[in-house]
Amino acid sequence: METFDLLMQGFSTAATPMNLLYAFIGVLLGTAVGVLPGIGPAMAVALLLPVTYALEPTSAFIMFAGIYYGGMFGGSTTSILLNTPGESATVITAIEGHKMAKAGRAAQALATAAIGSFVAGTIGTALLVAFTPMVVDFAVSLGSPSYLAIMVLALLAVTAVLGASKLRGFASLGLGLAIGLVGADKITGQQRLVFGQPLLVDGLDIVVVAVAIFAVGEALWIAAHLRRKPLSTIPVGRPWMGKQDWKRSWKPWLRGTAYGYPFGALPAGGAEVPTFLSYVTEKKLSKHPEEFGHGAIEGVAGPEAANNASAAGTLTPMLALGLPTNATAAVMLAAFTQYGIQPGPLLFDSEPELVWALIASLFIGNTLLLLINLPLAPVWAKLLQIPRPYLYAGILFFATLGAYAVNLQAFDLVLLLVLGALGFAMRRFGLPVLPLILGVILGPRVEEELRQSLQLSAGDPAGLFSEPIAVGTYILVALVLLLPLAISAFKRFRPQPQGVPAGAESRDEVSAAEARQGATVASGPRETIAGEYQQQHDHKEKP
Amino acid sequence: MTVLVGYIPTPEGAAALDRAIAEARSRSAKLVVVNASRGDVFVDDRFVQSDGVEALRKRLDGEDVAYELFQPIGGHDSADEVLDAAEQHGAELIVIGLRRRTPVGKLIMGSTAQRILLQAECAVLAVKAAK
Repeated sequence: METFDLLMQGFSTAATPMNLLYAFIGVLLGTAVGVLPGIGPAMAVALLLPVTYALEPTSAFIMFAGIYYGGMFGGSTTSILLNTPGESATVITAIEGHKMAKAGRAAQALATAAIGSFVAGTIGTALLVAFTPMVVDFAVSLGSPSYLAIMVLALLAVTAVLGASKLRGFASLGLGLAIGLVGADKITGQQRLVFGQPLLVDGLDIVVVAVAIFAVGEALWIAAHLRRKPLSTIPVGRPWMGKQDWKRSWKPWLRGTAYGYPFGALPAGGAEVPTFLSYVTEKKLSKHPEEFGHGAIEGVAGPEAANNASAAGTLTPMLALGLPTNATAAVMLAAFTQYGIQPGPLLFDSEPELVWALIASLFIGNTLLLLINLPLAPVWAKLLQIPRPYLYAGILFFATLGAYAVNLQAFDLVLLLVLGALGFAMRRFGLPVLPLILGVILGPRVEEELRQSLQLSAGDPAGLFSEPIAVGTYILVALVLLLPLAISAFKRFRPQPQGVPAGAESRDEVSAAEARQGATVASGPRETIAGEYQQQHDHKEKP
Repeated sequence: MTVLVGYIPTPEGAAALDRAIAEARSRSAKLVVVNASRGDVFVDDRFVQSDGVEALRKRLDGEDVAYELFQPIGGHDSADEVLDAAEQHGAELIVIGLRRRTPVGKLIMGSTAQRILLQAECAVLAVKAAK
């Protein structure tokens, strides 16, 4: 009941005309960046961070929440009409969605995606309201060793589980941790990685790092690959659904939600795994299995619900533990710090108004998104006709303005360019961006918890294992790291049982060979280096 | 002897193509079809996609004219691409489609047709879409 009261108070904060306006701006921007491939909500939030300094933190976060949810809605439009996922979370939607669009059922595909996203987003946010206070109660009892363990788990899981190559993931994580180390040590005051440069003593500003990696890196990458064979969209009217479509959609929506929320809430969450699982489940359960691969509505409804529910799920550890598990949540967490708000389990006690207004705005944003997406999907698709030079010129302008506005120091612009070049190099060599951003944001906090744990135990490393939760989490970490290795080793050395078809056998061989190749990829051929990035950017096909 | 046509998949483009085929046949000239895009946008509905190209080739194969199809993506304006191709092939005639434009639209976006009409070295035949 107490939660309900707090939520209602949140609604009263979020429903003031000014905050409604920010929610509206947020969902508009979010949908726009969702529709455009290569530009995501993480980049949008990072670009807007410096612009929103003058705002109330509550208003700013309401806007960010709108961008976050809007990105998920917008991504599906591009997936369906263009067969180009606007966001990584909508890759699966493209499989059936584009086939539906080609078969003249684009309107139904867009409708089931939008309504499914709304249903899943609303249920997911309700689950967020229900579970987060419980997680907070639990989290308050945790000590430094447990926190350290959970953060280590999140860092390693995101690095090792998501993405095609572990090596590249860890390379990216290492870069992020190194960037996070720059500056004076908080406890001893020792200067680290400052290279005698006094301006580096305060450390690198997270806004500069995020803007450089997301915006400048992407802009340079696009500039290097400017000429692309253009695609054409499939013309579509106003999205609508028939009775049959409703009947076939509502169960996948609910099942997708059931997959999405828990996976989003896990430290290694993300939206890719649940959308994929949802797709496979719908394919199995469907009464029309023959339609899969030719545009089955279930294959759009399930994954779309899953990705929105996972967006809500991601906010649970973000708000309850201060633990981001995707890029947008990471940048939002950095935003908390910029506003001088300490993220973590105490957030609900110290800033109840902000947190509950944020959660209430998620409900409002979700409804606004349904209202602007359902009738306007064809209009959003028009955004794709903006010439890239204009688009990225605008992004670079905002990036430069933002980086300069943080400290009003020209030196930050130098950092922006250097880190932007790093972002470009990462895209060139297929390094995932997420581990770097998480490393920069979580790295210093991991260090703090580590130092604290060691101080409590007077320097004895056994103090790191003094809490049962910590021990359990480390076991999980070991499992996350060792299980894939164990499985591939088992597959390689297991004696082939009789009666296995030759095809299956050779496929195992191929995947084992790929795993080996991934481990020695540093000197590998260009194809393997580019492979992962091409997956993310497969829309940018060669002319 | 070459007839060049600037083709886009719209009624105007189709009218221009029809006329260009007829012209090429009566002059017993080679037909050069140019469908250009700057290549700097995600979506360009005027660029013929692979299935459209197949249909176009089938259609041209059915007509008894020799033809070549170009789809340059060079970052240049379509007008430049058409003019360049005309010069390269020594075209005696360029066929283009015209559509109604508002003065403001022309001021802001420019007009591909106008540039071709003014800058071409050879004769230009402008046709309108069938009503």
